[in-house]
Amino acid sequence: MAKARGRVIFEEDLCKGCGLCVSVCPTKIISLDNSTINAKGYHPAIVIEMDKCIGCANCAMMCPDVVITVERY
Amino acid sequence: MTVVFEKTKGLTDVQTHYCPGCTHGIVHRLVGEALEELGVLDKAIGVAPVGCAVLAYNYFNCDMHEAAHGRAPAVATGIKRVRPENFVFTYQGDGDLASIGTAEIVHVAHRGEKISTIFINNAIYGMTGGQMAPTTLIGQKATTAPLGRDEAHSGKPIKMSELLATIDGAKFVERVTVTTPGHVRKAKKAIKECFKLQIEGKGFGIVEVLSTCPTNWGLTPEESLRWLEENMIPYYPLGSFKRPKEDD
Repeated sequence: MAKARGRVIFEEDLCKGCGLCVSVCPTKIISLDNSTINAKGYHPAIVIEMDKCIGCANCAMMCPDVVITVERY
Repeated sequence: MTVVFEKTKGLTDVQTHYCPGCTHGIVHRLVGEALEELGVLDKAIGVAPVGCAVLAYNYFNCDMHEAAHGRAPAVATGIKRVRPENFVFTYQGDGDLASIGTAEIVHVAHRGEKISTIFINNAIYGMTGGQMAPTTLIGQKATTAPLGRDEAHSGKPIKMSELLATIDGAKFVERVTVTTPGHVRKAKKAIKECFKLQIEGKGFGIVEVLSTCPTNWGLTPEESLRWLEENMIPYYPLGSFKRPKEDD
């Protein structure tokens, strides 16, 4: 069976850097970008290895600011 | 490619003022999704409380009303009686519902008003800076209980869901939390069922959501979720306390 693949899109400037998405990602691909400060003054959540995303939407379930869109293909 | 998750139409594009990691945002989203999925967004009227969620009228994409502290159920009663065709809900915190507004919520349940209430219990007064609430746990520190809540002085934390479940007019009472994606999904299911009850005209429903307050608890957002699971859930057990009976 083909492995479920997904893609997450973060609206980085709306992220408050709380890290709840980081804590629930089963593939551990989300991190807070300590080299960036977004428009709100926080280190936003980013995904570097997007090809490992399975599109489970756990991150979106926990995001208090609803900045995440999840696609699956 | 399919979009499996995107922001609900039940919320506006206004950025919330909540602290990072505050679970108010998650519950707002669940309420917005429930309103949208049940098709009542166009006729929903929400009543915002006093407390951290005082600005909720900016965030829900439906008509909203602001109430005096604790009086959201009374205001909602008026709205629902004048406009019974509308869907009316209140969104209240523990300082609002379990302290100054205890009389209103008890009597709205007692009268069996056909409204729905979302009750956010984070065991502390958030907006005013972390004072002890009626729901603060024994031993939990607050700015007005620097050594922790003392049972001999302040009594035990009030269990609103258990209390309201004893009232005949309350037809749906459930306590949920939002500490994991699984719990978030269960919370959404409870909120939708509670809202359906009103749509079917069956009476008063309330969903209590155990929530976090990272800022006033002095913990990180993730630590707060674990603290909630370890300390609040043992005292405030999750689950359904009341469902409508068949003859309701």
